[in-house]
Amino acid sequence: MTGTIFEKIWDMHRIATIDETTDLVLIDRVLLHERTGGVALESLAAAGRPVRAPNQAFVTMDHVVDTRPGRTDATIMPTGTAFITATRDAAIAAGLTLFDLGDPDQGIVHVISPEQAIVLPGVTLVCPDSHTCTQGAMGALAWGIGSTAAEHALATSTLRVKRPKTMRIRIDGQLVQGVTAKDLALHLLSLFGSSGGSGYIVEYAGTAVEALDLEARMTLCNMATEFAAFSAIIAPDDKVFDYLKGRAYAPKGADWDVAIASWRLLRSDADAAFDAEYAIDASDIAPMVTWGISPQQAVALGKPVPGFESVASRDQRDLYDRALTYMDIEAGMPLIGLPIDAAFIGSCTNSRLSDLRRAAAILTGRKVAAGVNAICVPGSTGVRLRAEAEGLHRIFLDAGFEWRESGCSMCFFAGGESFGHRQRVISSTNRNFESRQGPGTRSHLASPETVAASAIAGAIADPRELA
Amino acid sequence: MTPFTTLTAIAAPLLRDNIDTDAIIPSREMKSVSKTGLADGLFAGWRYVGNSGRVPDTNFILNDPRFASARILLSGANFGCGSSREHAAWALAEYGFRVVIASSFNPIFRGNCVNNGIVPVELEARVIRKIAATLGDNPAAAPVTIDLEQRLVSTSRGDHWTFPIDEEAHQMLLHGLDAIELTLCHRGEIEAFRTHDLKMRPWVYL
Repeated sequence: MTGTIFEKIWDMHRIATIDETTDLVLIDRVLLHERTGGVALESLAAAGRPVRAPNQAFVTMDHVVDTRPGRTDATIMPTGTAFITATRDAAIAAGLTLFDLGDPDQGIVHVISPEQAIVLPGVTLVCPDSHTCTQGAMGALAWGIGSTAAEHALATSTLRVKRPKTMRIRIDGQLVQGVTAKDLALHLLSLFGSSGGSGYIVEYAGTAVEALDLEARMTLCNMATEFAAFSAIIAPDDKVFDYLKGRAYAPKGADWDVAIASWRLLRSDADAAFDAEYAIDASDIAPMVTWGISPQQAVALGKPVPGFESVASRDQRDLYDRALTYMDIEAGMPLIGLPIDAAFIGSCTNSRLSDLRRAAAILTGRKVAAGVNAICVPGSTGVRLRAEAEGLHRIFLDAGFEWRESGCSMCFFAGGESFGHRQRVISSTNRNFESRQGPGTRSHLASPETVAASAIAGAIADPRELA
Repeated sequence: MTPFTTLTAIAAPLLRDNIDTDAIIPSREMKSVSKTGLADGLFAGWRYVGNSGRVPDTNFILNDPRFASARILLSGANFGCGSSREHAAWALAEYGFRVVIASSFNPIFRGNCVNNGIVPVELEARVIRKIAATLGDNPAAAPVTIDLEQRLVSTSRGDHWTFPIDEEAHQMLLHGLDAIELTLCHRGEIEAFRTHDLKMRPWVYL
């Protein structure tokens, strides 16, 4: 069997051909969260359709749950409780595994799935959440879908999927000290633009990708949805196998050895052909920050807000002008030193233990600037507990950060907590869309260490100066 | 799902790139665990003045009385990017939109459209600008026609363009087909595949 990783996984899952572009493929895992899972499960039940493989479907509470300490089913978002209770009831009625509030395994769906080895190399995994591509870091074919498609996957263990084209982005060389997977992701977005991956499954390869640890690979894959890719995937290697071994849903005993042997074949062959290929030199990349209202509007820290001429190949004039007005910035002005009102560390992009450790390394012995609202939301209860066991929470709290329960929190505004109108936020999240973090809120995306450094400075700052 | 054959209707131009699903239906507007009750929240951040009230912003295109009965939305590149929330498609459909014409679509959103009877029509940006230019001061007198069978968009001036759509999506929209029903016809094949796969990858079956 030769071909790309994607082709190998696809061929293993193709049940039937629907037409020249679309196949019926087996779906190994379905993940749900309370924001869209409740609707899908209720709709399925109303149609009298049972879940075909309830043991392979998992439900968590992450999107609208309160993240303040001592939380209950009550939410700051009006009506949020209804999403929690409806999803809980529907999950129990359908016999699905549920990671409920109060459960040590609760957390953001894309954080807990790798933690528990729900995602495995070579599986097909879907979730009604666009950041499902995060899990491609484990060598799985994992992608985001809508609610109706989730019902389809639950009812039939399959999906009708248009076969994507293949793209390989090879990143060779070494990332410069202080440059992270988040910076790499923002750099790629600034190059490819917000629809540059449309119709493609992106394979990340090259020595710089191989050198990334698992959590960094998840961060890199997480943002593939921001350039409209079908998903992203990285060939599974020993780092993946070591990470998974012994986790809750990982294969055990003899199955483990057979599984590993088959997972080692999940590599694109030397002669595999891709529909598009790009090569990036890792050493060209600097820490990045977004200046606009699309993740593609990102520049290296230290560079000024770009003039239209330098982004005209990517941004339309109206998008560019709108971004400057919304963000209240001007072309040519420096981003470093721009005062901020808030700093946020969390989300499925950057809320894992390694993210918190790196941010804490910068915060140690320092204080958040007066007037800056700084919040840290661990990605899962497991991450929170491990962080607390090694004392990271003390570093965050002593610096002046809030330390929260896990969930998606203020990665997006659901009608409850907001950073506030026209407030400027530096954020480790994935979307800087208008009003994404609250009506009128201005979001600058960056790595957790840049967020930490900026929180201390009270303005956008370069973390390398504090490292 | 209602079959879609042809539609002649007012088109509303919202010619921006990267209109994301948060803009189409803000998260705060998803108030109940339901596919309905969303039309009022469609484009809420742009449609209304202020943060929580329902005072129409008269500068927003859908609040222009000339576009009150628009059934076709004209937009830019990467329409429906961001969150995979199907509520964006539900809100558009409930409001009355049956067609979105854009120069590109986010793939998840495109699938959500097809599953909800909305035709995603992909045309070049310059063609979309040309269509918008035909609307004039009285868009009701310059309706746009979508012929799904022929994959054809035409204007009142007689210009027309073909648009691509996958055969699967074409058939589902034309005949109002439910994908789950269609797939359940393959039940035997799926079970046979799973039985074989269970022997090859036992660890997948929990």
